[in-house]
Amino acid sequence: MILVDIRHLAKSYRRGGQVVPVLTDITLQINAGDFMALMGPSGSGKSTLLNLIAGIDKPDSGLLRVAGIDITQLSESELADWRAAHVGFVFQFYNLMPVLTALENVELPLLLTGLSRKERRERAELTLAMVNLSDRLDHYPSELSGGQQQRVAIARAIVTDPTLIVADEPTGDLDRHAAAEVLDLLNRLNQELGKTIIMVTHDALAAARARSIIHLDKGELIHAIADANA
Amino acid sequence: MQTLNLILRNALRHKLRTALTVLGLVVATLAFGLLQTVVGAWYAGANAASDTRLVTRNAISLAFFLPLSYENKIRGVDGVTKVAYGYWFGGIYQEPKNFFPQFAISAKSYLDLYPEFVLSDAERTAFLRDRKGCVVGKKLAAQYGFKVGDVIPLKGTIFPGQWEFVVRGIYEGRQANTDTSQFFFHWDYLNESLMKTGRQRANKVGFYVVGIDNPDNAASVSRTVDDQFRNSLAETLTETEKAFQLGFVSMSEAIVVAIRVVSFVVIVIIMAVMANTMAMSARERLAEYATLKALGFGPGFLATLIFGESLLIASAGAAAGIALLFPVAHAFSAKMGTLFPVFEIAPKTLLLQALAALAVGIVAAIAPALRSTRINIVDGLRSIG
Repeated sequence: MILVDIRHLAKSYRRGGQVVPVLTDITLQINAGDFMALMGPSGSGKSTLLNLIAGIDKPDSGLLRVAGIDITQLSESELADWRAAHVGFVFQFYNLMPVLTALENVELPLLLTGLSRKERRERAELTLAMVNLSDRLDHYPSELSGGQQQRVAIARAIVTDPTLIVADEPTGDLDRHAAAEVLDLLNRLNQELGKTIIMVTHDALAAARARSIIHLDKGELIHAIADANA
Repeated sequence: MQTLNLILRNALRHKLRTALTVLGLVVATLAFGLLQTVVGAWYAGANAASDTRLVTRNAISLAFFLPLSYENKIRGVDGVTKVAYGYWFGGIYQEPKNFFPQFAISAKSYLDLYPEFVLSDAERTAFLRDRKGCVVGKKLAAQYGFKVGDVIPLKGTIFPGQWEFVVRGIYEGRQANTDTSQFFFHWDYLNESLMKTGRQRANKVGFYVVGIDNPDNAASVSRTVDDQFRNSLAETLTETEKAFQLGFVSMSEAIVVAIRVVSFVVIVIIMAVMANTMAMSARERLAEYATLKALGFGPGFLATLIFGESLLIASAGAAAGIALLFPVAHAFSAKMGTLFPVFEIAPKTLLLQALAALAVGIVAAIAPALRSTRINIVDGLRSIG
């Protein structure tokens, strides 16, 4: 089943009065349950494509449907609601709230749901247990290692049970060991829970853990491997 | 975790910065309150004035006297219930710096016209019986340690010579704004001396206090009184007691206006300081705000965080500033002695302090909130705090 349907997508930025094309005529389908790696050199447009799919940026033209919804037609507030319900974010630098504990950080997206305080707590604790951080509930980000912070960020990304997880260089700031742990975790989420994951990475080893790999260069889709692990 | 909790933790994120900002707000709120109280003290005499009392003085200036003979003519005017008179004495107690207002008065009628000066019956009787007696206000007595029975020497300046008075009573104020820093003695005592030493000033008074039956008649009674003495050697100017008091205030109005302006300038300065603090905080947190937006939080939530933090800091500073105003005003009043006979913190001042803090909190948060809520998520995520 196609979860993300992209047709003729284009995006450009204005820089000093000049229009710089970032993505040109991208057509791509991503199936539900896929774990896709987006690769390419710097400036190739992979992060821009990820941002468009995640609904934090808007294309200039083209169609972008996620779970049947054309998100290019949504208003800012509709997009915000859509992101809260359908997208889990994992950032390179974790982007945790430094004044909140691990538990509170994971609980944060649940504030946008109708869950009670008790239900939010229980769900956040359960999710942190899934990423093996039950013993770090009350730790602040500054008291956690990079790998642990990224696991908290992953817990935050999945706590609302989103349709899609987008990860922008999730191992980019981690050492090899921590990166392997994070990739193992993403793999588990994909294989055991069936989560659809789209991951931007420079790291070939990280990309190798994905089921499919898309290569971008100069804003164009140049190569796709349907099942990288086959 | 609740929004308030997040606001509180954000406010405490940079403890030193927050503490310094709160300290600035404490000082600003305190200074604003104190300056407003000083302005209020300036008008205290006018605010405490009765609307059933008029003051008649020489039309040229207060420095010129009026004949004692005017008393009966004024009393005969329709609507006048009582007439008292007095002289500004202007004596020195021990040293010139020990300033306090001293008046020679027509004791009985004057006290009848000023029921807010509360004396016990025994003290009142003792004062009225003793021509060398005097009564002093509670604040004045406290400042110089005057007690009933004490002999107070005053060195005359307008009326030269050494004068001695026996304290026969210490009056209290009926209202909080009653001036209890004054010193009253018998006009008769002064006049007796003037009859011997300075006849040209004998049987004269500095001013009349005229009681009227209806405040609505103040203008017509004033006009009638002044008309009686038109084209005489001592023309009069009669006005309400409030207008008379405001006449004194107007002499120093430039200072009052300056104090009032400074009090508001202080608030504007702290507003700028606070706005800078909030702008710095918001700028450092742009990536966090972008993350929150990415997670689905709307501009309203971000604005709540920023306004909440700003108002929390402003409230903390204002609360401490308001609380400190009471002991500081008390100490200031004690230090100033009788310069400000009434130095009361008005409820309006406290309200103005709170409103000023509220304005600071809101204004300081506007620009950071606008910037943060309008930020593009992608740009915000790239920013470095």
